[in-house]
Amino acid sequence: MAHATATDHMETSTGIDNRKLLMWLFLASDCLFFGSFIAAYLLYRGRSIVGPYPEDLFDIPFTSVSAFVLLMSSVTMVLALAAIQRGNVRNMRIWLFTTAVLGTLFIGGQVFEFTEFNHEGLSLSTNLFGTTFFVLTGFHGAHVTVGVLILMSLFVVSMRGGIQQKDSIVVELAGLYWHFVDIVWIVIFTLIYLIQP
Amino acid sequence: MTLADYRKKRGEPLISEDAEHGETHPSALEYVQIGVILAIITAVEVALYYIDMDFTLLVTLLSMLSVVKFAMVVLWFMHLKFDAGLFSILFASGMALTFAVFIAAIAMLGGSLT
Repeated sequence: MAHATATDHMETSTGIDNRKLLMWLFLASDCLFFGSFIAAYLLYRGRSIVGPYPEDLFDIPFTSVSAFVLLMSSVTMVLALAAIQRGNVRNMRIWLFTTAVLGTLFIGGQVFEFTEFNHEGLSLSTNLFGTTFFVLTGFHGAHVTVGVLILMSLFVVSMRGGIQQKDSIVVELAGLYWHFVDIVWIVIFTLIYLIQP
Repeated sequence: MTLADYRKKRGEPLISEDAEHGETHPSALEYVQIGVILAIITAVEVALYYIDMDFTLLVTLLSMLSVVKFAMVVLWFMHLKFDAGLFSILFASGMALTFAVFIAAIAMLGGSLT
């Protein structure tokens, strides 16, 4: 009765799964979190009185590849959800693992970028650019890291047979979080990296 | 009477039933096609960065492409296009509040969007 269990859901006053509702509430509040940091970056852009400056450091080809990797991880994430919703646990595992690997690649790229910037003399306290840039992208990186941990946890649980078609909501919730960090990077990539006065 | 009871009484499906049946969600192939479109848009964005053009035009084009990418991920990958309207209202409210705070901070403290 796989189909019956897949459509089985908790009775709630709204008819909506409370976990999903909570996740959307969290994402709506997280918009404000990142919106504040992006606003702070734009407020202080061009106001650093000592270098290094963004134009001295940004490596657009490298960051473009990172952005592409994170974007493609959203595709693999939604494929994992599509697989479990159709009861294909094996494919879900493959796509979940691929998503986690792509996320790890993105984090690796960010660590490399931060290290390079640091070697060029930029730290959290060097200037306004350093402070706002590291706080914004650092918190985003922390979100991606949490996402990778969630994905790897789901992968391990599924290897133990803990995720079946009826549990697809768990993968959906992880997916919502993962796509959110992706859309935040879409905004950061455009506003911070590509648009430079 | 709960919203769920009300919808049952009217013969309407429960909101979560629409979403969890997965019948209206795109196929795996459609997700891949959307992914290809997103990749192409990203390539266009990077190409625009290297093209020598008016800065205002560049900002306009990049912003538009960014909004398209954002909307595609939210509507298709996050299923807002297919899910309960309440989720859209929640997320749109968060986005609207963020945008309002963003504009207010820039206006009051003298920053620049560009």
